[in-house]
Amino acid sequence: MSNGLDLAWPNEGVTRVPYQLYTRDDVYAEERARIFMGATWNYLCLEAEIAKPGDWRATFVGDVPVIVARDLDGSLSAFENRCAHRGALICHKQSGNAARLSCVYHGWTYDLKGNLTAVTFQRGINGKGGMPADFKLADHKRRGLRIATIAGLIFGTFSEATPPLEKFLGPEIVARLRRVLPAGKTIELLGYNSQILPSNWKLYAENVKDPYHASLLHLFFATFRLNRLSAEGGIIIDDAGANHVSYSKAATDRVSADYDKADLRVKSDRFRLNDPSLIQGRDEFGDGITLQILALFPCFISQQIQNSLCVRQLVPRGLTETELLWTYYGFADDDAELRELRLKQANLVGPGGYISMEDGAVGGFVQRGITGADRDTEVIEMGGREWRSQETRATESPLRGFWKTYREHMQL
Amino acid sequence: MDEIAIQFAVERLLARYVACIDDDRLEEWPAFFADPCRYQIISSENYGRKLPIGVFVATSQGMLKDRVAALREANIYEAQRYRHLVSSTLILENARGVVRAQSNYQVIRIMHDGATALFSTGRYLDRINFDGSAPVFGEKLVIFDSRRIDTLLAIPL
Repeated sequence: MSNGLDLAWPNEGVTRVPYQLYTRDDVYAEERARIFMGATWNYLCLEAEIAKPGDWRATFVGDVPVIVARDLDGSLSAFENRCAHRGALICHKQSGNAARLSCVYHGWTYDLKGNLTAVTFQRGINGKGGMPADFKLADHKRRGLRIATIAGLIFGTFSEATPPLEKFLGPEIVARLRRVLPAGKTIELLGYNSQILPSNWKLYAENVKDPYHASLLHLFFATFRLNRLSAEGGIIIDDAGANHVSYSKAATDRVSADYDKADLRVKSDRFRLNDPSLIQGRDEFGDGITLQILALFPCFISQQIQNSLCVRQLVPRGLTETELLWTYYGFADDDAELRELRLKQANLVGPGGYISMEDGAVGGFVQRGITGADRDTEVIEMGGREWRSQETRATESPLRGFWKTYREHMQL
Repeated sequence: MDEIAIQFAVERLLARYVACIDDDRLEEWPAFFADPCRYQIISSENYGRKLPIGVFVATSQGMLKDRVAALREANIYEAQRYRHLVSSTLILENARGVVRAQSNYQVIRIMHDGATALFSTGRYLDRINFDGSAPVFGEKLVIFDSRRIDTLLAIPL
């Protein structure tokens, strides 16, 4: 194995995924090196969160701490949140505004591009101590990330080999991303939530790539016909297989005999909302699409569920714990009614959301379930054995695209 | 009502409120609120920065009933219950039959397998209507301290 991991991928290819990938510390470490610090674009934050010169925000690429900042000249930079001296976090808070950043440990100071600009007592005190005469500040610039922005989102990559962002995404994914972040609209931040998932990061990444589960696990959706698989919709996967969009149009749902045969736990005629104002959405993008889930490899998700707009960032917090960060947004020109819809429909998503709370738990069920299954694999054959765009959501095609991309990065 | 009577009435309402949740009598929970009302679970971070979205919001008794119905019939979550501890109730304002009060809360979550953990801490910011036959929450903000929520939040706080 060229990757150094003692792990053979099953001969069946991407329809079989070894459970060891969720339980081995050496795999987790390789993922950090090969995926997160490798040739991938990683979501850092919204441009709106660092709108003013001097604004900075602490974020993560995988679990690696990173600072993203808007310099006094307005340009964006991102670099490791790690002091050159002893490795402490330069910024231990989540955000701020400053001309320079100082490590609290010994006061080493950086500009907003990650250049080391001052070392406390570099010349010593009263001629005694201090750094050696040949110590050069310029040798200790923080490792920077390449930055790219699209539709108000800031992405960063540690690798020189990563293709340009729009090429990485593919034209169809770019169009769908711009759909929920239209040019000319000013993003307004509406809130954050954080959810600690008791599972490996890939179990959530897979969940998002799996349209098959959506109306089976999340019965709130199915019951109200927001997203039954019988509604018109489909899957778009980019040419590389790494990124995908799943979408549907609730108004096109038709009664399907296949649904009645599936023996869902709740029959829809038993369950009606007392207050249907929750799901009275507005077709704000004018195309009838009521749900769009867009996932970029490895850890970024954009979500439109009716008028609830959100970006989600997945931050691994160890082999079996993952933080899911929800950032809710609207637009500056929202009228009062639309804003109220966004607030109410946030009830559908997030850590307590009617159609997302299950996702917090289900990865944990897998993580617990695979204890002792080191020789076993997942079976991913719904919708065939390929990864490609399909006009159905009764498929696991995007999941296979995820694993194809994963294998390429991990050389597995 | 005098100060002591108000303090007693607010604390008794809070005691009844948390007993209703901890005893899993969620069908009775919406009746603790006026209709329309405002109930919101929101992080102290969002609340402090005036970011309007939280974890859950309801503006009517109907939305509260829908929450209970969804928990009972639609949503999947491992069997669990809460133990609420409420303390340090402060009466902030008492005018024309409406009392504003703040209390600390702590919620311990007990999973079906016995795993027990501190799930949430924070404060209640309540606006209580005393002008009817029984006091009800016109507004109840549950402002939780830590932005992190473990796994999921199903049962109300």
